[in-house]
Amino acid sequence: MARMKFLADAERCIECNGCVTACKQEHEIPWGVNRRRVVTLNDGVPGEKSISVACMHCSDAPCMAVCPVDCFYKTTEGVVLHDKDICIGCGYCFYACPFGAPQFPQDGAFGLRGKMDKCTFCAGGPEADHSAAEFKKYGRNRLAEGKLPACAEMCATKALLGGDADVIANIYRDRVLKRGKGSEIWGWGTAYGKPDKPAAQPGAKS
Amino acid sequence: MRRVLMLAFAAALTWSVAGCGEKPMVTVYKQGQYQGKPDMQPWDGDPFKGDKNAWEKTVKARNLGQNEYVRISGGS
Repeated sequence: MARMKFLADAERCIECNGCVTACKQEHEIPWGVNRRRVVTLNDGVPGEKSISVACMHCSDAPCMAVCPVDCFYKTTEGVVLHDKDICIGCGYCFYACPFGAPQFPQDGAFGLRGKMDKCTFCAGGPEADHSAAEFKKYGRNRLAEGKLPACAEMCATKALLGGDADVIANIYRDRVLKRGKGSEIWGWGTAYGKPDKPAAQPGAKS
Repeated sequence: MRRVLMLAFAAALTWSVAGCGEKPMVTVYKQGQYQGKPDMQPWDGDPFKGDKNAWEKTVKARNLGQNEYVRISGGS
């Protein structure tokens, strides 16, 4: 079973915000809510780097751990989703998230904070797939259409990869090796090292 | 003196085993078991009609399509 992840390549990102626009357009996200945004490090300094950031669908998600009403769940593909009918908009998940992914619509009076909204990996929510209720609350369910997230598929330079973690890690590995980089980076072998021969599966005949 | 030592020993013993009764604090999440509604599998919907293999094949093709070294003809 696939384990869905995003991978942002800072060497390729040109800060075009195409991913942000694709996300906004695909899900008709209201004004003031940004499920995805581009963060630039050392902005204005030669050699600045940009990465696209949204919910990273953590394997051990802190938002799930802190939610007082237990409204989060994880799909079999590893996508972290939540039920807006249960969410009370308390904001604990925002404080727990290391990426600042949870967003809260604030279009009401007196600083109203609505129910949490975040990247769904274009996988909708717990409403029936392709239903009007699902689109209204969570946006379009591209995963159920056999497609990957709009942000990754729209990325012009393919700086943002999204999909099965093993596949996109392989793509990134090939890319970095073609650049003539890799081994000099600390932790490269642990993160992207690939054994020449895959380890024997338990119970497999040799 | 002996009584004081015994009391100190008993107190130390009680203190040292005090942590043994702690319960695990980590919540283990299981698919569909949370406060909200259960979700459908992505292949259960209209285009795939429960055909998990077809869905996985389609998504895998999309995954690999992100590698322009392979996707664009003439690439290595």
